[in-house]
Amino acid sequence: MSDDLVIGKKRFKSRFILGSGKFSLEMTDKVIRNGGVEIATLAVRRVNKGGQENVLDYMPEGVTLLPNTSGARNAEEALTIAQLARELGCGDMIKIEIVRDTRYLLPDNAETIKAVKLLSDDGFTALPYMMPDLTAARDMASAGAAAIMPLGAPIGSNRGLLTRDFIRMMVEEIDLPIIVDAGIGRPSQACEAMEMGCGAVMANTAIATASDVPAMATAFRMAIEAGRLAYLSGPGRVLEDRGEASSPLTGFLGERDGVQGADGRLRLHAAHGEHRY
Amino acid sequence: MASVRINGEDVTIGDETVSSYLSSHGYDLSRTAVLLNGKVVPRSSIGSARIEDGDVLEVVSFVGGG
Repeated sequence: MSDDLVIGKKRFKSRFILGSGKFSLEMTDKVIRNGGVEIATLAVRRVNKGGQENVLDYMPEGVTLLPNTSGARNAEEALTIAQLARELGCGDMIKIEIVRDTRYLLPDNAETIKAVKLLSDDGFTALPYMMPDLTAARDMASAGAAAIMPLGAPIGSNRGLLTRDFIRMMVEEIDLPIIVDAGIGRPSQACEAMEMGCGAVMANTAIATASDVPAMATAFRMAIEAGRLAYLSGPGRVLEDRGEASSPLTGFLGERDGVQGADGRLRLHAAHGEHRY
Repeated sequence: MASVRINGEDVTIGDETVSSYLSSHGYDLSRTAVLLNGKVVPRSSIGSARIEDGDVLEVVSFVGGG
């Protein structure tokens, strides 16, 4: 069965998007391979003259580049950075990142909605990074977004899926891949996001700050695959106020016969005829 | 001679196009994009775009980032 992640016109097998910051360049290739990563983000920055190593030299063949617009404070700056990225030869997928808050680095949803429109009109496949707000996400979808990237917690914090309830609403209501971007700190949190039905998870700091970076990339790949498979498998129901035996309910010790009532509960016949649950 | 600002630094250069300046200063053209006075210079015109007195250039490249 094919279960591709579809973003705009492109299809991907992997649902692990890697942020390429904070790694030594030599580590990039190993992390991408261990993670089974097909999409990696990049940033655009001033370059100094002469002889600098370039991150592109360390990207394995076939990885789709997803430049971000980090550094942009409004929609126009985001468009400029996106256009520079296009001249650098990355294709047309762009992660829109517009941040004015310097402490928590929270994205500006209002400017991001404008940027989605500007970039989509200019031919980009726009993936907006945003505060998980259903109304804003709908506006981004209407403006032409190819996927929505809500944060789980502040960038680089490793605090996890603090916004889970709001992300769940977006998964249920928005007919685009919901990609949790920022804040995911542990494989278990990535797995939870995937179980909820998110289309993909992006991680960077969680891996870059691990003691064993390549092994953590493997752990994230496994967690994301497990979460996706669990989502596709349809997680079982939850009983809020009781348990339910997993072993067959037929008794064999004679003293007490178990009888399952119409309500599904087990009634045990005690030796002296008392009825109790 | 032209007094220009390149990546935040004031410099004086001769008569140059964007590509001749980048090549002669050790930039890898295939890995570089340029903003000239706030406008993106398309790759197809870096050979013809001239750098003039008072111009402000940003020379950028991809770096690792999340």
